[in-house]
Amino acid sequence: MINVNNLTKQFGDNQVLTDITTEVKKGDVVAVIGPSGSGKSTFLRCINGLEEATKGEIIVDDITLTEKTLAQVREKTGMVFQHFHLFPHLKVIDNITFAPIETKGVKKADAEKHAKKLLETVGLSDKANTYPNQLSGGQKQRVAIARSLAMEPEIMLFDEPTSALDPEMVKEVLDVMKQLAQSGMTMVVVTHEMGFAREVADRILFLDEGAVVEETTPHAFFHHPETERAQSFLEKVL
Amino acid sequence: MIDLIPSIPFILKGILVTLQFVVASGIAGFIIGVLLAFAKIGKFPLLKRFADAYTAFFRGTPLILQLVYVYFVVPEVTGWEIPKLAAGIIAFSLNSGAYVSEIIRAGIQSVDKGQFEAAQALNVSYWKSMRKIILPQAIKHILPALMNEYIMLLKESAVISVIGAHDIMRRSQIVAADTFNYFGALTIALIIYFIMVRILETFGAKLEKRLRYSD
Repeated sequence: MINVNNLTKQFGDNQVLTDITTEVKKGDVVAVIGPSGSGKSTFLRCINGLEEATKGEIIVDDITLTEKTLAQVREKTGMVFQHFHLFPHLKVIDNITFAPIETKGVKKADAEKHAKKLLETVGLSDKANTYPNQLSGGQKQRVAIARSLAMEPEIMLFDEPTSALDPEMVKEVLDVMKQLAQSGMTMVVVTHEMGFAREVADRILFLDEGAVVEETTPHAFFHHPETERAQSFLEKVL
Repeated sequence: MIDLIPSIPFILKGILVTLQFVVASGIAGFIIGVLLAFAKIGKFPLLKRFADAYTAFFRGTPLILQLVYVYFVVPEVTGWEIPKLAAGIIAFSLNSGAYVSEIIRAGIQSVDKGQFEAAQALNVSYWKSMRKIILPQAIKHILPALMNEYIMLLKESAVISVIGAHDIMRRSQIVAADTFNYFGALTIALIIYFIMVRILETFGAKLEKRLRYSD
């Protein structure tokens, strides 16, 4: 579903990602873990072209990401951000229907019907007509997930979706993500939630200093980390 | 004061001249400002450089000199006897465009970058994101500053009197010189400008309130 080949990314002189090669299969849930500054978010943002790779290639569903195929790749990928980025001037329902109506030409009534169904899945049916600033962080993030799903992506990218949330709201977002994973969605999740990674992920991608240090199953990663760097990271976070 | 009464209609006619001039410069300046603002935030380095240089020049030289320059240099170089009002409109709209472009650029850039990224991730095109996501949020920052710019423009318009356009300022000076009543004639001009600015301010405040309402 996603093939990353020799991905390298530089910001000026700063080398953020070095020669990353990996593959995500259809239905896989991959947790990307690593210390802050390890390039996790940049890696994720390269997949849907929010950052342009300096070297290497990204292939999403057999389409090689270039400027020309950017729209095609983005059609297949949804993204959820750490800080939600809901559109503050639009009601919750309009946040969700905006992209389908504007980019796919879906009829308003159909888009709203779909949006209501999605709001039900994320447990926010009663919030359709409120503005984002009246929602809690956890609710905002669930709306953001619904907004992404409205475009019917085949892959969902999560960029630290619970890092900006108060602790008591983390679970409601993770529950929605779990539900999504169980429905067979292909997911790449940059996260600091080790519990989630252990429980839900099929695979762990451990990044440090912009390189893949370990790529393995959650069981192997959390019980027998091979590298010293992974060991010392786990000692700190567990 | 009584001796001035017959001259009052003469001064009042200047309102039309001033308004004509301010509205035309305001509209043209706004269009120039929008184009420059998009050049500044766009991805073409050449356009960006041009827009930056343009702004630096028009903010870096006196408006009155720009006006006199247009009025005297254009005929000298091209042979076209430029009418006073046209010279004024050209100079003022070129100048105002520089300020407006900064107002719009700053307004757009005040919107969280994440808004644009979210729209991109949803596959919404640049111009659609700009029109329906970014600008509706930016307008709250742009409008108050833009109102300010138009108030400045209205007041600064008095400068066109130096090339002899018959605006409020010029007419009140003519009346003053005729009647030797500087106090009376110039006070009338002061009052007229003040009332016009107040009207503009009230209008701006109403518009702002309305926008805030939609938050």
